[in-house]
Amino acid sequence: MSTPQNPAGPQGIRIDTLRKRYGSGDTAVDALKDVNMTVAPGEVVGLIGPSGSGKSTLLKCLGAIIEPSAGRMTLGGDVIYDNGWKAGDLRALRRDRIGFVFQAPYLIPFLDVTDNVALLPMLAGVPNAEARQRARALLDALDVGHRAQAQPSQLSGGEQQRVAIARALVNRPPVILADEPTAPLDSERALAVIRILNTMARQFQTAVIVVTHDEKIIPTFRRIYQIRDGQTVEETGEGRAI
Amino acid sequence: MISLAARDIAHGLGRCVLTGMGWGLLLGVTFSMAGIYRGMVDDAQALLSNSGADLWVVQKDTQGPYAESSSLPDDAVRGIRALDGVAQAANVTYLTMQVARGDTETRAMVVGFEPGQPGEPPFLIAGRLPVRSHYEAVADRMTGYRVGDRIRIRRHDYTVVGLTRRMVSSGGDPMVFVPLKDAQEAQFLKDNDAIVNNRARTAANPALNRPGVPGLLDAINATQTSNHNVNAVLVRLAPGASPDAVADTVRRWKHLQAFTVAQMEDILVAKLIATSAKQIGMFLAILTVVSAAIVAFIIYTMTLGKMREIAVLKLIGTRNRTIAGMILQQALGLGLIGFLVGRIAAELWAPFFPKYVLLLPGDAARGFAVVMVVCALASTLAIRVALRVDPAEAIG
Repeated sequence: MSTPQNPAGPQGIRIDTLRKRYGSGDTAVDALKDVNMTVAPGEVVGLIGPSGSGKSTLLKCLGAIIEPSAGRMTLGGDVIYDNGWKAGDLRALRRDRIGFVFQAPYLIPFLDVTDNVALLPMLAGVPNAEARQRARALLDALDVGHRAQAQPSQLSGGEQQRVAIARALVNRPPVILADEPTAPLDSERALAVIRILNTMARQFQTAVIVVTHDEKIIPTFRRIYQIRDGQTVEETGEGRAI
Repeated sequence: MISLAARDIAHGLGRCVLTGMGWGLLLGVTFSMAGIYRGMVDDAQALLSNSGADLWVVQKDTQGPYAESSSLPDDAVRGIRALDGVAQAANVTYLTMQVARGDTETRAMVVGFEPGQPGEPPFLIAGRLPVRSHYEAVADRMTGYRVGDRIRIRRHDYTVVGLTRRMVSSGGDPMVFVPLKDAQEAQFLKDNDAIVNNRARTAANPALNRPGVPGLLDAINATQTSNHNVNAVLVRLAPGASPDAVADTVRRWKHLQAFTVAQMEDILVAKLIATSAKQIGMFLAILTVVSAAIVAFIIYTMTLGKMREIAVLKLIGTRNRTIAGMILQQALGLGLIGFLVGRIAAELWAPFFPKYVLLLPGDAARGFAVVMVVCALASTLAIRVALRVDPAEAIG
């Protein structure tokens, strides 16, 4: 398979002093306090932390789903937030610059595997034939090309997650945000998903953040950000070969 | 860009078709109600056109013979025949009653007519017209009679010698045509017991049974056992004659009421079936509202079942208009299925209605437009909910 070049350039993710406050006055809650983080292109980092530590809030801020209260975020070399959104169309930003992988694959049940993946480029205005061609190439790379015409309900859990990864990658975003992508999978399949994410990150020069609680996969990260009380602490992971 | 709505419908085709069928059957009832109204109007118009008359002459100050009772002497027709512009005029009687065949009874309008004159059945689909002066009948096929059947009207038996169709009263009752004399007898002649009692009552009245006036009592009794009334005179005009002018002449000089085709149509359609039409209109309005509510609930429920997918679609950058378009197209698709099922159902069950159900293509086109508008409006609730879905729900 030919390796598409990442159009985002050499930068991955950079977050500086990001804050998020919910509510105001006496009831205000600081979900994120001075979060700092960098992820290089082609790198997969883990984001761990106990429940309520702010992982989901950080993911939503990075995913341009909720607006931070202050700070600065750079994705693929572009400043998307600097004490206010810099990107005009957040929907287009999510579509073109960020890939999402969820805890469950959340494939669209009424689209076949190819169209589940091809939908994103189609939404971006890519002609259907070209979008499907791009989708099939990715599905082949992820070893689910033989299920291209199947419905999501006909796939195993591991296959569905690989299709979800293909969907996250198909627009060649500089960033992938994976929220507990291995939670429903057994050890073997969970490690397979992380292996794929690593391979694809390197291949597409995509910066990947994996939010996880999964003890099985935590040792595979070279770098881990632990988030505690809304603040990140960088740790060196084991980087165990998988 | 692929059609998300088409894919979703194709994915759950069985469920969608079943839902559409359920809704379509309700639409079928709605279409049938409209068809019943059209049938009533058509029955009224058929009644007028099949009578072959240009004018209806009836009792003064009445709106007979269909909307009100009317009685006029059967010799009035002679004076009417002599008027300028009149080509033909004939007595007719109309009486809605129970006609028996064996042990079963049928509600029918018994029409007394004169052969070869306005008022006789304009065409037959089986048998022949009556050729004997008495006790032969032609029946509309809706009566269920066959040629050769014996039917009973009042005190006499009649043989069905011919069948016709689309000959119904304004109330939808099928017609049975019998010779005028028989019809007059059926309508006006009392039974034997009543005649005997009446004669006794007359004989006991000293004013009518005077000793010095021989023959008076017999003359009075004779008037009580025979009747020379009819309900209307049907007039066919000569070519070029003005219906309004002839009607004016009848009103002025004959002291009778005369109606043109347009006036009679107004009586039948605007007055006689007005209440029924309002009733049906009200029912149609309620059915439309119920249909709209049901399709709104269906679309709303279908959308609620896709909230996670909608959240994912929004998260990956799908535009609001694409999501709204998906829901709208699904609503219209459901409307199309419902319309087709409803239309087919209405066509299939229409012949089983006791009254004529007329399903017009124009009504179908209007119905289709209404269904589509109702579906589009019904989808707005679901679209509103879908557009409020937070993409963050995809993450949890």
